[in-house]
Amino acid sequence: MSKHHVITRINGEQVEFLTDPGTSLLSALRDQLGLTGSKEGCNNGNCGACNVVLNGELVNSCCVLAVEINGAELTTIEGVADGDNLHPLQQSFINDAALQCGICTPGFIVAAKALLEREPDADEARIRHWLAGNLCRCTGYDKIVQAVLDAAPEMRAAARA
Amino acid sequence: MTTIERPAYKVIGSRPVRPDGVEKVTGKAQYAADPRPQGVVFGKILRSPHAHARIVSIDTSEAERHPGVLGIVTAADFPQAEDKVQDLGEGAVNLRELSDNILASEKVLYRGHAIAAVAAASPHEAEAAAQKIRVEYEVLTPVTNVLDAMREDAPLLNETRHTKMMGGQHSERPSNIAAYNQFKAGDADAGLAESDLVVEREFTTSMVHQGYIEPQSSTASWNADGTITIWTSTQGAFVVRAQVAEVLRIPVARIKVIPMEIGGGFGGKIPIYLDPVAALLSKKSGRPVKLSMNRTEVFEGTGPTSGTVISVKAGAKDGKLHAVQATLRYEAGAYPGSPVGAGAMTMLAPYDLEHVEIHTFDVVVNKPKTSAYRAPGSPAAAFAMESVVDELARTLKIDPLQFRLNSASKEGTKQVTGVPFARIGNEEVLNTAMTHPHYTAPIEGPYRGRGVASGYWFNGGMQSSVVVAVNPDGTVNLVEGSTDIGGTRASLAMQLAETLSIPYDAIRPIVADTDSIGHNDVTGGSRTTVASGMAVYQAGQDVIREMSSRAARLWSVTPEDVSYEDGVFHCLKDSTKELTFKELAAQGARTGGPIAGRASLVARGAGGAFGTHIVDVEVDPGTGKTTILRYTAVQDVGTAIHPSYVEGQIQGGVVQGIGWALNEEFVYDENGRMLNSSFLDYRMPTALDVPLIDAVIVEVPNPGHPYGVRGVGEVPIVPPLAAIANAVADATGHRFTQLPLSPRRLIEELDGGD
Repeated sequence: MSKHHVITRINGEQVEFLTDPGTSLLSALRDQLGLTGSKEGCNNGNCGACNVVLNGELVNSCCVLAVEINGAELTTIEGVADGDNLHPLQQSFINDAALQCGICTPGFIVAAKALLEREPDADEARIRHWLAGNLCRCTGYDKIVQAVLDAAPEMRAAARA
Repeated sequence: MTTIERPAYKVIGSRPVRPDGVEKVTGKAQYAADPRPQGVVFGKILRSPHAHARIVSIDTSEAERHPGVLGIVTAADFPQAEDKVQDLGEGAVNLRELSDNILASEKVLYRGHAIAAVAAASPHEAEAAAQKIRVEYEVLTPVTNVLDAMREDAPLLNETRHTKMMGGQHSERPSNIAAYNQFKAGDADAGLAESDLVVEREFTTSMVHQGYIEPQSSTASWNADGTITIWTSTQGAFVVRAQVAEVLRIPVARIKVIPMEIGGGFGGKIPIYLDPVAALLSKKSGRPVKLSMNRTEVFEGTGPTSGTVISVKAGAKDGKLHAVQATLRYEAGAYPGSPVGAGAMTMLAPYDLEHVEIHTFDVVVNKPKTSAYRAPGSPAAAFAMESVVDELARTLKIDPLQFRLNSASKEGTKQVTGVPFARIGNEEVLNTAMTHPHYTAPIEGPYRGRGVASGYWFNGGMQSSVVVAVNPDGTVNLVEGSTDIGGTRASLAMQLAETLSIPYDAIRPIVADTDSIGHNDVTGGSRTTVASGMAVYQAGQDVIREMSSRAARLWSVTPEDVSYEDGVFHCLKDSTKELTFKELAAQGARTGGPIAGRASLVARGAGGAFGTHIVDVEVDPGTGKTTILRYTAVQDVGTAIHPSYVEGQIQGGVVQGIGWALNEEFVYDENGRMLNSSFLDYRMPTALDVPLIDAVIVEVPNPGHPYGVRGVGEVPIVPPLAAIANAVADATGHRFTQLPLSPRRLIEELDGGD
């Protein structure tokens, strides 16, 4: 089976790699590129633990083929913080105790960021609707929803600045 | 928050950020599937397509020739395990059954039962090679339902198994009923006969899964010197080490288990499945081997909790619960060991009553071997009991919380085991619920209703071991061995900060591997903040004793002449002499060497705890959908070390209970094949399915703990099943006795009732 050459931008950096045509983006990120922040919970698009943003769209990286990201722009959980400065969502998740085991946290943060960037005024109902594609089994969602609500004002202020 | 008689604390009760927070929100935290030791290769397990079959032969020759294959393992590669029962952590384990559940030898007992494993250079090659292993089966009739399995003519999972009766005798005939037990007090028949009202019903719950988001994963390296290193997802690294040592017949000290960050467990990550297989594959291939489950393997091949059929006959007299007769039948799965005993011992815990008779049956069926799931055994039993209590109260036109208060257990009340309760917070919880604005608010509108229910869990103690090292700059390393699933590094560091009177930020807690700290039992039974907290307290006292003697040496007085208060050591002989914790920490080398404290203990005095939940629902009679409108969970936690994580435990437990009540179930076809082994079809609650959960903390300190802590994590999953069923009964006028209350069931029963 011949490998495909992929050139892409991940978290602002140009990345090149070879991949089998059947390899998922999640597998390429984790097994080849050392980006293990995206998690595998189901490998069929049900849980959202592997959420990444591909050309501005929130996707489950387990349901995208690695060859599909040739020429694309990708943001993973590893690209959410600005160096040592945590993103407001990352800070609010810590402050609000919005994680317990933490395995679903990267997916929730990537998904919530995608929501607030397009809908900065999302209310509780909208947040719950948007995050229905992300499963958490520890928190009962209460503190996750609160953390997203708490991060929104700071994100709105940053967007205006 | 309702607090009873608590001392003033400085750190306990505050809400600092958790030590592992940044690593987890940035994706840097390392979970079991993340590490890539140099040269790592990948394993794949071959699993049974049949629920019940004899293995006639296994031919691996074709698979061995598959390109990229580096090793194949079957049960024949395990040393012959002894047919003996041993306590290897939370509860007893039969070693042969443990070994057979990891790789089947003679029979497969459930679909998904592991048979063989392949290591290859890539996951795809391993998977392709596993499909080339030829297994010849003699397919047998499966039995997947507890009542069917109990019939005398049922197909037997094990022809040599006889029912273990009370007192140790065994039944004459072989049976799928692995064990029978009974609990008796007073005279239940007479108690029921003299009751003002008797309600009798039978309840059914389905097998459900813990649903942790991280599938099991284990990476093992069989090293050149004969030692084994295992990176794994577990609730108890020492239990993994003990079980791998038993299965592989290797001395414990040669195995090092590195507990990775764990992506949820809820009891399901206490048993081992992959670890010894990965180790043997590594031995054969000469490479580190990574074995990870996919979601279907997690559903079909790991331990969920029991489906149950529970009959209850209960009588009320003078407005109180008076007599109960109950029969509990629990599915154990493929091997004995359901939590039916815990069901019997918890279901009547909220009540003080005279006449009790409970019969319990532990029954094997052709489904995965069950494992612990949050308050194992208690939720199903509470569903039955609390539904009947609700019906008694409503029929008698007594407020259901008032009825519970009339009958409430308290300090000194005898449990069904005959052991009296120590100080418990049952009445405080009920009183807090009764006066909560949720309960006093009206509930109005068609097809809307309110339900309440109570629940109990024992909470565990068991063994813990910690080391506290004081650094010359006054910071402290807390080395512990309890896996941190939900924030225990924070809760233990906070207790140490309180004990040492130093800032929380000065303490760095780490969860060590099995080479680096003494034995610690599993993170389970809501024990870690309690028991490892006791160890932390004792180790902190040890540090203060040691530092007092160092100060005494500096001041040329005896240690008894040194006192420690608010972070400062004082000389009682000379009030001008004092040293802060930090100043004295810097004097280690001058006063006798590095300063450390330690504690190893078996924790006694873990405090049982109660919760009472209030839920409002709306049922759509057209679609059968039940919507949770409002939910309030009141719980006695003893002392809330970190209130945010206490609330989080309660909220998380409630939502698991909502899933159990409304949607979750293992669906099987007649051949014992699970039909919904994906997250899409095994429908766990999403953020959209639940409202904000109001967690109300009651603090009745546990007298058995230095800071009054009771376990928190398990109680909250106990009441929701009955609370929701009681609310649906209030909304529809129809008493549902089978879970889940899925839309289909609601429509069928409501239409049938018309």
